[in-house]
Amino acid sequence: MKIRVASIPQLAPDPVISSLSPRAVVWSRLSRDPWMMTCAIALGAVLLSTILAPWIAPYPYDQIELRLGASAPSWNHWMGTDTLGRDLLSRCFYGGQISIAVGVVGTLVSLVIGVLYGSISGYRGGRTDELMMRFVDLLYSLPYLFLVIILLVFFSSSILMLFVALGLVQWLTMARIVRGQVLSLKNAEFIQAARVSGTNDIGILFRHLLPNMAGPIVVYATLTVPSVILQEAFLSFLGLGVQPPRSSWGTLISDGAGVMGLFPWLVFFPAIALAVVLFALNFLGDGLRDALDPRQRHD
Amino acid sequence: MTHTTQSNNDLLLTVSDLKKYYPVRRGILARVAAHVKAVDGVSFSLQRGETLGLVGESGCGKTTVGRTILRLLDPTSGEVHFNGTSVFALHGEELRQIRKQMQIIFQDPFGSLNPRMTVGGIVMEGMVAHAMHPKTERPERAQALLERVGLSREHFFRYPHEFSGGQRQRIGIARALAVEPKFIVCDEPVSALDVSIQAQIINLLSDLKQEYGLSYLFIAHDLAVVQHISDRIAVMYLGKIMEEATSEELFRNPLHPYTKALLAAIPKGVPGEKAKRQTLPGDVPSPLNPPAGCPFHPRCPQVMEECRSKPIERVEQSAGHFVACHLFPASAIGSAKPAGAAG
Repeated sequence: MKIRVASIPQLAPDPVISSLSPRAVVWSRLSRDPWMMTCAIALGAVLLSTILAPWIAPYPYDQIELRLGASAPSWNHWMGTDTLGRDLLSRCFYGGQISIAVGVVGTLVSLVIGVLYGSISGYRGGRTDELMMRFVDLLYSLPYLFLVIILLVFFSSSILMLFVALGLVQWLTMARIVRGQVLSLKNAEFIQAARVSGTNDIGILFRHLLPNMAGPIVVYATLTVPSVILQEAFLSFLGLGVQPPRSSWGTLISDGAGVMGLFPWLVFFPAIALAVVLFALNFLGDGLRDALDPRQRHD
Repeated sequence: MTHTTQSNNDLLLTVSDLKKYYPVRRGILARVAAHVKAVDGVSFSLQRGETLGLVGESGCGKTTVGRTILRLLDPTSGEVHFNGTSVFALHGEELRQIRKQMQIIFQDPFGSLNPRMTVGGIVMEGMVAHAMHPKTERPERAQALLERVGLSREHFFRYPHEFSGGQRQRIGIARALAVEPKFIVCDEPVSALDVSIQAQIINLLSDLKQEYGLSYLFIAHDLAVVQHISDRIAVMYLGKIMEEATSEELFRNPLHPYTKALLAAIPKGVPGEKAKRQTLPGDVPSPLNPPAGCPFHPRCPQVMEECRSKPIERVEQSAGHFVACHLFPASAIGSAKPAGAAG
């Protein structure tokens, strides 16, 4: 016979606090914040206008009307025309396609490489980790421009290659962030419990590590999008990116900057478009970080 | 305790001379400057259906013992045999299979459950990993387990952050039971809980032990907690086992001065009753630089000259009562009765 410690009756289970899943909590927090919704709507509107560019753009992006020259905004040309008489509004719609696509694809490439690299490095630990991270340091120390130029020269300098090249230099910080997260998570007791339960490394990565790192990863990804867009603008400025007559916001701004004193609208409107997207993404990233933080969940 | 038989067939787990040292690296070349001897030569065995309480203060290495047995930590040296299989020789799939029979319940009810998984997902994880039961039956089995540990079926769909500490500990217990283990390391399962909840969890654990024929290694820092659930108790200090005896024997006839001090520290149940308090001077020495001889000698009230230099040895003082102390030298062993009359 065992001695009973005490005959305390089994208490009824405590009432549950809430039955919302973490995802629902995050969504309700974002949707209740008017500022977040403003950012989301602004971003959505810009996105839609670039996707629908072929239908809503009033003129073809490469239709030259030398007779007009650089004309100020008017009823026919809402944003005016550039020095070759091309409609700036149409060029902004089409330019957004390239800029946003480069932002999204570049971020996705950096996301996939960075997350996989960082989690393998952090999870393996020891010498593997040491080697993999020194390699990252090595790439960090090379100027990214140099890397992109090499990549663009070795492979054809198509727009697709530009996307990939930018992603390939963007994953370094993501890898470091993910590695740090894995290091702090991998000794958590629920990971040990999963190992004792017989879950293999891949299961631990996808079912335990990744869901718990989602917050920092999502936030850093939203911050990567604007930085990739800016880098594309810079590369296009150097002539490594988009080739005329195609445009991106980056090329429009750099072309406009050259004649800013005479025709200020040529730099003003594309800069506004870029700024709206960058602001919206940065604020959404911040908001998402707060909404995903479990320490703020019980408010 | 009445039916503790000691034939070798009933031996479930033997731990012999287990050591776990952590190297301390210094300097640019990361030279190993010293070792933290977290576990320093621990030996014990566990019968089928038995509970061994492992007691000691914080930092004495008791948690490390539990984790090393499960290979969550790699041992420095020593042997662990589970059901006759050497656990430290296994790799990959073999290790995964033996771990199915050895589970663990953690101390921290908050850190031990993945906050992003539902309770159902947590409990079913082991079943999925080991492809146990047809897929469609798993939720039913998980819900039955939740009910068995004192939760309700609806909790299957909820997330860990919606539960209290005691409820979370029950989820952890259900997870451990899900793969139908034979042996569970209970790593301070109640020390993070309120006293009233502690009793519930301990009762639950001892009921489950009867029901499923489990064996426990029950780790705690509180002798009063392990007293009732343990058949035998081992007292650890600075990586070594100081005394080991049946639960009753240890409480009735403690031999080691450290055990006596621990027993004296248990609060008495009657208010106003003055117990003779015996306080140990000083703190636990650093395991980085443990005292020579007996590790307990700087704090021992009965310290002798030889304690300062001569290492201690484990001696069977009477049947099943082991002590490692110079007050009880090997030569003074009483008549060695045949083992089996425990309790």
